[in-house]
Amino acid sequence: MKDAGPKLLQGNEACVEGAIAAGLKFFAGYPITPSTEIAELCALRLPKVGGKFLQMEDEIASMAAVCGASLAGLKSMTATSGPGFSLKQENIGFAVEAEIPCVIVNVQRVGPSTGMPTSPAQGDVLQARWGTHGDHEMVVLCPSSVLEAYTLTVEAFNISETLRTPVILLMDEVVGHLREKVVLPSPQELVVKDRELPAGAKEAYKPYAADQGRIKGVPPLARFGDGYKFHVTGLTHGEDGFPTNSPKVGEKQIVRIWEKIHSRRKELSRVEMLYPEDAEVFVYAYGSTARSAKRAVKEARAQGIRACLIRAMTLWPFIEDVLSDVKKKHPKAVIVPEMNLGQMVRPVKRVIGDACPVIPLNKVAGQLIEPEEILAAIKEAV
Amino acid sequence: MRKEFRLAGEGGQGLITAAIILAEACAEHTDLNAVQTQSYGPESRGGASRADVIIADEDIDYPEIKRPEALLVMAQEASDLYVPGVADGGTVIVDTTYVKSVPAVNARIIRYPISEKARELGREIVANMVALGLLVGVTKVVPEDAVVAAIVDRVPRGTEDLNKKAFYAGIEAAKELQSREEGD
Repeated sequence: MKDAGPKLLQGNEACVEGAIAAGLKFFAGYPITPSTEIAELCALRLPKVGGKFLQMEDEIASMAAVCGASLAGLKSMTATSGPGFSLKQENIGFAVEAEIPCVIVNVQRVGPSTGMPTSPAQGDVLQARWGTHGDHEMVVLCPSSVLEAYTLTVEAFNISETLRTPVILLMDEVVGHLREKVVLPSPQELVVKDRELPAGAKEAYKPYAADQGRIKGVPPLARFGDGYKFHVTGLTHGEDGFPTNSPKVGEKQIVRIWEKIHSRRKELSRVEMLYPEDAEVFVYAYGSTARSAKRAVKEARAQGIRACLIRAMTLWPFIEDVLSDVKKKHPKAVIVPEMNLGQMVRPVKRVIGDACPVIPLNKVAGQLIEPEEILAAIKEAV
Repeated sequence: MRKEFRLAGEGGQGLITAAIILAEACAEHTDLNAVQTQSYGPESRGGASRADVIIADEDIDYPEIKRPEALLVMAQEASDLYVPGVADGGTVIVDTTYVKSVPAVNARIIRYPISEKARELGREIVANMVALGLLVGVTKVVPEDAVVAAIVDRVPRGTEDLNKKAFYAGIEAAKELQSREEGD
């Protein structure tokens, strides 16, 4: 790849380049369309930057390997699509519970099950939030462009490392396979964050004591192999990492790993607002659908309709504050186009309430929603 | 300005590569904006294959195309399926090696034995470059040298000369066909 200047890059390629720029050193996966290029390129690129690529026997093992590699100190990632994402859920929960930083990429295709392997969908947005069991918060980022596949991958690593949590990068087939002209940020422009390592005596290290480090609610994480002896389990545990049945200790731990994300939902919120000032009709969109929505909103403006695009790059935690502000503007309608049968429309509706109609616009044909369809919905709403 | 191109045929004909090279020529060697998308079935060889390129001097929000200004068809099925969707007054480039009939449309039809020409040059696998030469020669959407630079970047080492030769054969064919049209 050329080092500087504009280049034509694919979304999946940009994700890998972003991951490597963020310090990715370990990838384990089981290739699946439409995410396969991520595994292919990791296999090619990682050995050249001192990293490791492993093709595992399946997605369950891939996610387990990612957890292990991360505990050994390496920034780790896996990539998959629908069926593989389902298989990874148990170990994603393990990463949540054991507070293991890692990035999981899901390039969405049509489901349920093996669905339509080469066609786009956005049917996994609620699974990304709630696919693994038990109470937890989840950080889910969603790019709309090739450049964002790069920048949000870097962000995914930064959030994952600083908050000791898995982060999901939720792409869709359109963004994953799209090639477009991009100018990538130079390494000097990039902010890359690393996890906090413990500072005290090795014998006194408590892997889940959250008052030891700089980041509120996040315990520093020792690298396996550095001489810190500690226990890692999916069972609810105390500060020493050993399982507990104590209601008090257990609840404290569950609340802390929820709170470390929940309390930061404002700073985790990434949103682009197009023409918010005087708008009366709003379109909440994300991923490739947001590109069609942007086109539709521009066209509506050209026709004198005061439309606004709310483009969510952070799907979870939900951008509640942004929607609350929209509600205060007395909107005529909020339209939610999605390549599913109506998933993000529910949290939007929960915030907007009865202030105005919240209108779903849905498609599960394995095709991108067209700008004209969104424009028609905007016109109908004013 | 926003121009839409569609390259359609069968898997294995190298149409996605040709589309990437066209987009790359614009993105990396001119000031134009470009996006490239594709549609293909689950098969690794054979089956319908389609690659689209949008070239613009503005932001490209919606990344897909509906009625291409220029369409290349290199298989009968692709011709049947995509020719009716070409923009009015657009251009259809037909590989007569594989396409025997073209639906009637209000567009300029350019017929050339693309794959046969590639065989003559040495290997049919460079038919995609002959086709790209025709497309660029006819539409003049991007300077030839930008495409050549993109070809050299993208094709396997050691095949640059054959690919360039095939591209220029397409450019020459476009010139000949155009001067013949003007002579009519």
